[in-house]
Amino acid sequence: MLDYFLTGPGQAFTRLIIYLVAFLAFVGLNAAYLVLAERKGAGWFQRRPGPNEVGPAGLLQPIVDGVKLIVKQTIVPPGTDGLLFRLAPAIMLVPAFMCLATIPYAESVYGRSINVGLLMVFSFGSISVFAIMLGGWASRNKYAVISAARIVSQNIAYEIPMLLVVITMLMVTGTMNLQEIVGQQAGGFWHWNILKGIWTLTNPLMPMTFVIFFICMLAETNRAPFDMAEAESELIAGAFTEYAGFSWGLFFMGEYANIVVSCSVGTILFLGGWQSPIGVLSGGAWGLLWFFAKMYLLIFIVIWIRWTFPRTQFYGLLNLSWKILIPVSLFTLMLTGALLRLPLLLHQLF
Amino acid sequence: MSMIAAFQEVYRGFMSLLTGMRITLGQFLKPNITVQYPRQTLPMPARFRGHIELTLDPETGKSLCTACKLCERACPSECIAVDGAKLEGQKTKSVTEYLLNFTTCSLCGACIEACPFDAIQFSKVYNVVSLSRDDFSRMDMVKQLAERRQVWAQTQPPPAAGTAAAPAIVPQPQDPKTP
Repeated sequence: MLDYFLTGPGQAFTRLIIYLVAFLAFVGLNAAYLVLAERKGAGWFQRRPGPNEVGPAGLLQPIVDGVKLIVKQTIVPPGTDGLLFRLAPAIMLVPAFMCLATIPYAESVYGRSINVGLLMVFSFGSISVFAIMLGGWASRNKYAVISAARIVSQNIAYEIPMLLVVITMLMVTGTMNLQEIVGQQAGGFWHWNILKGIWTLTNPLMPMTFVIFFICMLAETNRAPFDMAEAESELIAGAFTEYAGFSWGLFFMGEYANIVVSCSVGTILFLGGWQSPIGVLSGGAWGLLWFFAKMYLLIFIVIWIRWTFPRTQFYGLLNLSWKILIPVSLFTLMLTGALLRLPLLLHQLF
Repeated sequence: MSMIAAFQEVYRGFMSLLTGMRITLGQFLKPNITVQYPRQTLPMPARFRGHIELTLDPETGKSLCTACKLCERACPSECIAVDGAKLEGQKTKSVTEYLLNFTTCSLCGACIEACPFDAIQFSKVYNVVSLSRDDFSRMDMVKQLAERRQVWAQTQPPPAAGTAAAPAIVPQPQDPKTP
């Protein structure tokens, strides 16, 4: 019986169960403690200690917050679209959860290696905006509807430069399998895609491409300074205005899971995934360590940006995308294409 | 040319963002400056104006006040009431009663400027709170000085043998209801 599940045909089933349990725990704890990290970060950037009352150095704060959210009643206001209202938080969380399945955390730690992993991450990633839109629409609240309209135009604007950057990366790597993309970047930080393009002359503008990716990622995950969905000073809480208790908590869990997914993709595409930065100390548990070190460094930068810049105006947000990010990312795309084709062209000519 | 200017503007904008991030990171790395108020308190600055109090002479532990009542006269709000008596073996009068009506005091400091002996000063007490209004309409400064003298006495060496002990100024117990 045990053999059936460990080595026999039931292995896939066992893997699924382990994946589900582990990742549910990871997403939940990660969201809870990222909230604490965010509040601690907010404190330290303003030279305060942050939450420090519950438990040693405030470490039990997320647990208490979680309990508070769970015991609170989920109020469905009269006149709302009950089904969509209840469904939206789940739609927020599920795509992020799906994306985590295909991300390689280490050489042998991943949910499932899929040949079109990159495509899958971005196709599911674009669903989370749908959740905010549905939640805002179903709330029957003017602030929520304004927020929903904003979030859609914001995501349309930033999906384009994001995907242009990803296409650039696809041309460089030549594969959509995330595990293979990481495999190509072995052997020290100068082999990572962010620096590799400079000395192999495939795309000397690669650091800039990474910056564009990072800005788009902030906008896609509705992080400050692009948190138009939850512009609390103008829209109460935006699309989340009518949500209470754990359905509200699910939105935030989804938001933080999306940040984890985006930072993981950034790590994999540009910073070599689980590869060691110095060439040695790679493989096995080291891979897991390097991956999470890089990912949480990116998340720290996300928090750092949030507590540095005020929210942009909506026009500024759209202008940044349509006037700067899209032309520049198109240019890098064409440059990469030209540089990749140049050796072949020269070979044919001479 | 305008295209180059546009690129320069983008570049400058991006660099200004990096400058902002460098500044916040600098703040992030500095130690935090929060004072956890009920558990920790800051020492009050030297020129902080709390209610007035009798100065404690660090030499003798007594008040410097001679009950000349100049402060009483200088007070524009008439919130000070001083009384003094000539004690045994003393050339000058000593203060026996110093009542401050803090409910009308505006902390102008005229009494402190008027005092020729520097016998009154601003206290550093800022969290004055009570359930009774009478605690502020009749603040007994002589009693408060006696309490401070007890703290002062613990930090002082005992009087050397042969010197007469300072005559204690015992505040007269009063009925708080009568003015």
